[in-house]
Amino acid sequence: MNRFAALLDRLAYEPRRLGKLALLAAYFRETPDPDRGWALAALTGELSFKHLKPAMIRALVVERCDEKLFALSYDFVGDLAETVALIWESEPSRANAALSLSDIVEGVEATAKKDLPALIALWLDRLDENGRWALLKLITGALRIGVSARLARQALAHLGSASVEDIEDVWHAASPPYTDVFAWIEGKGPRPQSGAVRFHPPMLSHAWEERDEALAPEDFAAEWKWDGIRVQAAAARDAHGRAHARLYSRTGDDISKSFPDLVEAFAFDAVLDGELLIRRQGRIESFNTLQQRLNRKSVTAKTISEFPAYICVYDILSENGRDLRTLSFQERRTILEDFAAAHADAPIGLSPLIAFKAWEDLQAARADPAHYAGDSAFDAVEGVMIKRWASPYLAGRPKGHWWKWKRDPHTVDAVLLYAQRGHGKRSSFYSDYTFGVWRDDAEELVPVGKAYFGFTDEELIQIDKFVRHHTQSRFGPVREVTHAPDEGLVFEVAFEGLQRSSRHKSGVAMRFPRIARIRWDKAPRDADRLSALTALLRET
Amino acid sequence: MRLTDLLTPRPEGLYCPPADAFIDPVRPVDRAIITHGHADHARAGHACVLATPETLAIMAVRYGRDFCGRAQALAYGEALRIGDVEIVLRPAGHVLGSAQVALTQGGVRAAVSGDYKRQPDPTCAPFEPIACDLFVTEATFALPVFRHPPAETEIATLLRSRDLFPDRAHLVGAYALGKAQRVIALFRQAGYDAPIYLHGALEALTALYERCGVALGDVRPVMQADKTALAGAIALCPPSAVQTPWARRFPDPITAFASGWMRIRARARQRGVELPLVISDHADWPDLQRTILETGAPEVWITHGEADALAHWCESAGVRARALHLVGYDDEGEQSDAAA
Repeated sequence: MNRFAALLDRLAYEPRRLGKLALLAAYFRETPDPDRGWALAALTGELSFKHLKPAMIRALVVERCDEKLFALSYDFVGDLAETVALIWESEPSRANAALSLSDIVEGVEATAKKDLPALIALWLDRLDENGRWALLKLITGALRIGVSARLARQALAHLGSASVEDIEDVWHAASPPYTDVFAWIEGKGPRPQSGAVRFHPPMLSHAWEERDEALAPEDFAAEWKWDGIRVQAAAARDAHGRAHARLYSRTGDDISKSFPDLVEAFAFDAVLDGELLIRRQGRIESFNTLQQRLNRKSVTAKTISEFPAYICVYDILSENGRDLRTLSFQERRTILEDFAAAHADAPIGLSPLIAFKAWEDLQAARADPAHYAGDSAFDAVEGVMIKRWASPYLAGRPKGHWWKWKRDPHTVDAVLLYAQRGHGKRSSFYSDYTFGVWRDDAEELVPVGKAYFGFTDEELIQIDKFVRHHTQSRFGPVREVTHAPDEGLVFEVAFEGLQRSSRHKSGVAMRFPRIARIRWDKAPRDADRLSALTALLRET
Repeated sequence: MRLTDLLTPRPEGLYCPPADAFIDPVRPVDRAIITHGHADHARAGHACVLATPETLAIMAVRYGRDFCGRAQALAYGEALRIGDVEIVLRPAGHVLGSAQVALTQGGVRAAVSGDYKRQPDPTCAPFEPIACDLFVTEATFALPVFRHPPAETEIATLLRSRDLFPDRAHLVGAYALGKAQRVIALFRQAGYDAPIYLHGALEALTALYERCGVALGDVRPVMQADKTALAGAIALCPPSAVQTPWARRFPDPITAFASGWMRIRARARQRGVELPLVISDHADWPDLQRTILETGAPEVWITHGEADALAHWCESAGVRARALHLVGYDDEGEQSDAAA
């Protein structure tokens, strides 16, 4: 446990990708089986303890600590595992060297559910602060140390001669603690059986710039840039004829469990690249709606019927065992169109191409997707994609093949009304802001949205200071910030679109609001009025 | 008499009506009593300032000789009467010259502690508890997650890292007043006697500490060192300088930051710190509780920091508590000291 805790600790403070890889490789090299395999499972999200829940940890800690003080601490620290690790008073006389990662995995396995809290408490007593943090991270299942499953597998490739593609190939047929995989990579054992469905690193795009308009439009295809989650749908039959299906995020994390409605419908042998969206009655919903499904902790039948998932496909990487990535985009597109037509009953649809002759046409499409895309898709479009007809499918972000051309955001000057402490990276700073604009008929500010990004770390420190020094009142974790006509903080808020909303007092809800600039130079009286926003509603 | 006749919060700061004086006022006033030299407590522009000789010297270094109309020094333990009030300054253990202000009138005593700590610090006099009827405390680290480890173990961590990476420079962010000098003194205590390099913003105050009799060994300006000398060296700078072009002169530096906030991982990561050192000049959670109990005060006022948590604990311990939420005091002097 010491070694694993030290690894997590150092990974958490290592900002460089190469540094993280070196730390991981060194750990895998120096740690014996099965500990390193359990660690790998934890890092790739394959290790879960179904009876260990954050609520149990919380219950354990409030047995030993004043509940209000714990709540205030949690609010400040912003991370359950870390709060408990710091607040827990252990007995330093008990050494933790003897407790290995395998002891923990096997201990949890061998213990009845009702006895688990006592076991965890015993371990927390035996571990030091860092060990407690690592144990709790393991239990709560959210490591959040900036290591993707793919990065962990890349580190494995550093151990021997196997390439990361080879490792991806066997990965999904292997299971923790991966002793056969380690043996193979280190040249001490045979190659484990390949998985039927593996992750292919996706092709990414560059931002379109004005100088790119010198390119010849006829060499390019254009399609909508969907505002969802980039996914890879992979399904195939293995050597024994068993069907396998997976859904991957763009970093290679297996997110199949969150979208059983999709994965069950993957009755094909192909790898597809596309955008995960919510589609209701033929209408593709905005990212806000998708966000509501993503926020659900467990996926119930109700979640699925309320937020039916859908993949808008725009590329095909392989079909029936044939790798299509070396073909041109044009050839792949033809195959993809046939594929989509053949699977019209699946929750999968083809991302349409945008017809254009000159770049100005695309500019118009980008500025007014409603006109081009039709109303049903408007909410989920955030710009256009430009792809070279002749390009093969290349992993990573190769230059000169794919571009994204996002819509210009709308902006409004709004006044900071309330601030709340953030979680994760921004924890303990006031980093979640509710802002408002003036009513048209009264000198009153009405909330129109919330934002928690768009500012730099330095600006965050300045805003945090402003909040602390201009607090009018406190409601639990929320501070009301001074917002008089001549005293207060004005944000230039950028957002992608606006919707009518009965949930908000102002009657509008913003899509993707973020702080574009802090207007230290403006007084709240110079901020915008609600009519500046409602005018946008009429436009669209 | 009532406590509020002796001491009362006002927008400018805590006010003592019978002495007609403010303690650590955030705006210019006629009469100010200054607890310590951090920029958020010691501001320029007051007509008269009463403080320890060291604090006055620090203010003169920061703001120039004419930082106030009239400066009056009061050494630790000496009594000064203004009208009916007796004023005594006692060590607060926070930084060089830091003092608690004890105000006594008609048998009633209020003690304003300013910022303070209980951990040993080789660069300043240790905190002395004052028996009082009203104790005014800070609450910067008033949450049970804050238990500062002994500073020596943090220094040992850095020295281990230096042994591990003998070719890399270790760049330690530390506040210009107090923290920097304490960190240097701790290195010396740990037996590290190589030159320690200083960012220009730390030079004047470090020189002042030495003039006040705090021995800090061989300290040199970074400006005068060449790059080869900086390999394997330890250098101190204000926290804000770590991410600036100034830091590029160091060979492959490891960035450290000495602060109580470093106990929270997210805080360290937010600043891009690779080697967090939990070294604080503020009392941690157990020391805040211990101190409040030692003063025997039946009533506690909390100036700034995590006031809600400390007030909650006070109530559970049978001590009346009032959160003043005074505005204008930075946590650990973050902004202003970096600039000084």
